[in-house]
Amino acid sequence: MIALLWRDLRLAIRAGGGFGLGLAFFLIVVVLVPFGVGPETALLSRIAPGILWVASLLAALLSLDRIFALDYEDGSLALLATSPLPMEGVAMTKALAHWITTGLPLTFAAPVLGFLLSLAPEAYFYLLLSLLIGTPALSMIGTFGAALTVGLRRGGLLLSLLVLPLYVPTLIFGAEAVRRGAEGLDPTGALMLMGGITAGCFALLPFATAATLRINLR
Amino acid sequence: MSMWEYANPKKFMGWTRPVLPWTFALAGICLVVGLIWGFFFTPDDFRQGSTVKIIYLHVPSALMAINAWIMMLVASLIWVVRRHHVSALAARAAAPVGVVFTLIALFTGGIWGQPMWGTYWAWDPRLTSFLILFLFYLGYIALWEAIEDPDTAADLTSVLCMVGSVFAILSRYAVLFWNQGLHQGASLSLDKEENISDVFWFPLLVCIAGFVLLFIALVLMRTRTEIRARRMRALEARARRA
Amino acid sequence: MLTVSGVTCARGGVPVLADVSFSVEAGHALILRGPNGIGKTTLLRTLAGLQPAIEGEVSYPEDEGAYASHADGIKTALTVTENLKFWADVHGATLPGDILETFDLADLKNRMGGTLSAGQKRRLGLARLGVIGRKVLFLDEPTVSLDGFSVRLFASWLQDKHLASGGVAVIATHIDLGIAAPELDLTPFKAAPDAEGGADEAFL
Repeated sequence: MIALLWRDLRLAIRAGGGFGLGLAFFLIVVVLVPFGVGPETALLSRIAPGILWVASLLAALLSLDRIFALDYEDGSLALLATSPLPMEGVAMTKALAHWITTGLPLTFAAPVLGFLLSLAPEAYFYLLLSLLIGTPALSMIGTFGAALTVGLRRGGLLLSLLVLPLYVPTLIFGAEAVRRGAEGLDPTGALMLMGGITAGCFALLPFATAATLRINLR
Repeated sequence: MSMWEYANPKKFMGWTRPVLPWTFALAGICLVVGLIWGFFFTPDDFRQGSTVKIIYLHVPSALMAINAWIMMLVASLIWVVRRHHVSALAARAAAPVGVVFTLIALFTGGIWGQPMWGTYWAWDPRLTSFLILFLFYLGYIALWEAIEDPDTAADLTSVLCMVGSVFAILSRYAVLFWNQGLHQGASLSLDKEENISDVFWFPLLVCIAGFVLLFIALVLMRTRTEIRARRMRALEARARRA
Repeated sequence: MLTVSGVTCARGGVPVLADVSFSVEAGHALILRGPNGIGKTTLLRTLAGLQPAIEGEVSYPEDEGAYASHADGIKTALTVTENLKFWADVHGATLPGDILETFDLADLKNRMGGTLSAGQKRRLGLARLGVIGRKVLFLDEPTVSLDGFSVRLFASWLQDKHLASGGVAVIATHIDLGIAAPELDLTPFKAAPDAEGGADEAFL
């Protein structure tokens, strides 16, 4: 599984796209929001937690269809299925690789962009923390969605339709944690619940993803 | 004879043919009686006036919107465990019906909300949950449509339905956490203390029975259509091979 | 080592081959023959465990099967060595020192997968079989886009290394590999149009 993780990371760096594109998209979405809602600092500061979370969610969505599509096309997925790696392990590794190439950079880029939206100073720590806890769940859920649509020629749009409703709980708890942090309230509850979702996703979704992959390889 | 034999496509076509018209007729009678009773022969609520009467559409459709999803979940589980084709096709048949019930619940809710809360839409937990449920239905239907091979489609949509159910429940609690909301508590509960008074309760029960029967009738009808479509596919495939 | 008894397999929910039975002893190969569309690929995928058989049993030592098809699973952004190293790591094996020479890849070892020609890619894909150390190989048209020299290279690896060390291979191919192996024509196993076990069966 470590070999698979290294291969995926190496491919993400060499083939480009994965790393930079998500970040650039994140930046653009965040920059576009003030053009839409106006430059008023108080308003931006109030909606900043939500915007940062929604934007990182969309940025994570962008690279989901690459998780399995390339391996499916060139036959690697069938070869992995006959290898000693359990499919559950493949699913989890793929999600982890996606998180390292997308979720992790987004987490560290978010505070910088929070500055652009004049996020309240108290909220930066919670923004970092909530994204750190929440983005792995986004990657794991997205990996499940990618497995569902891997056999389809134009699965990209369908993938978004399937995955976005599944993102609702994570988004709610994530944005809520940052908002409470910004308003000086206690965000522990939201963070704990989000941690629970992330842990639950990693405990259960690899099985669903593996079953889905096996069905799609048939 | 085991009950599962009724799930054989041919048997299913056989026993549903005589049952279907009766189900439709009963559903129609219940709806006509319940709605007329509810609309014209119940008093106006002392606070809500005559707007309360939309309850006879709103509550049953909201109930069935959720029940349709639960039925799809059960049917998906049966397909995964016992691999009865009719079960998978029934889940597929129920989804569009569920969507329509969800939409009816959302629209009647909006129409009721305008005089009561002064707004058609609020990001209230219940309303939001129904909107999310609507999105889940859309994804489920889209996945069925997108996959060509019927068995693969049945398998994948079943997995989606199971995972989706977990996330739908999670969303429900997340939304509660997010906003406490305007919506009144449940209109119905077995605990009589909080219930609405009998005058409204009996016609409402008739309406609910009507919606349940209508749902059953529509699902049976649509399942029959799905079975026919699948049979046509199978015959065509055989003709190509011969 | 490999025993196939009464296997019926389906493509797209339609049975294509019915009641296929054969067995291959350690150190031997079997060549599958038959016209296009008879179901060679379907049978090999079923044997490799990628799809379930409708009926019948396939038995070989657990975790010893390997499948290779037209899709080699070669990553265009990895070098030849990295591609092979990855599959070795996944299978918990070490890279044999002479593998690059055996498949005439030594000069290409630092080239990116994406810059290889079709034939070179194919050689790399076949070299994977020499790396993963599996005993039971299911090969689907292994010699597509290989020149005569490379075919002989592959055949000698198969004969001298794989089969000589007690391996087994089931190969679907249209050309003569030049190895001594019995042939199995699949035409007689073609499933009847009304064969049982298809996904649509309940609807007919």
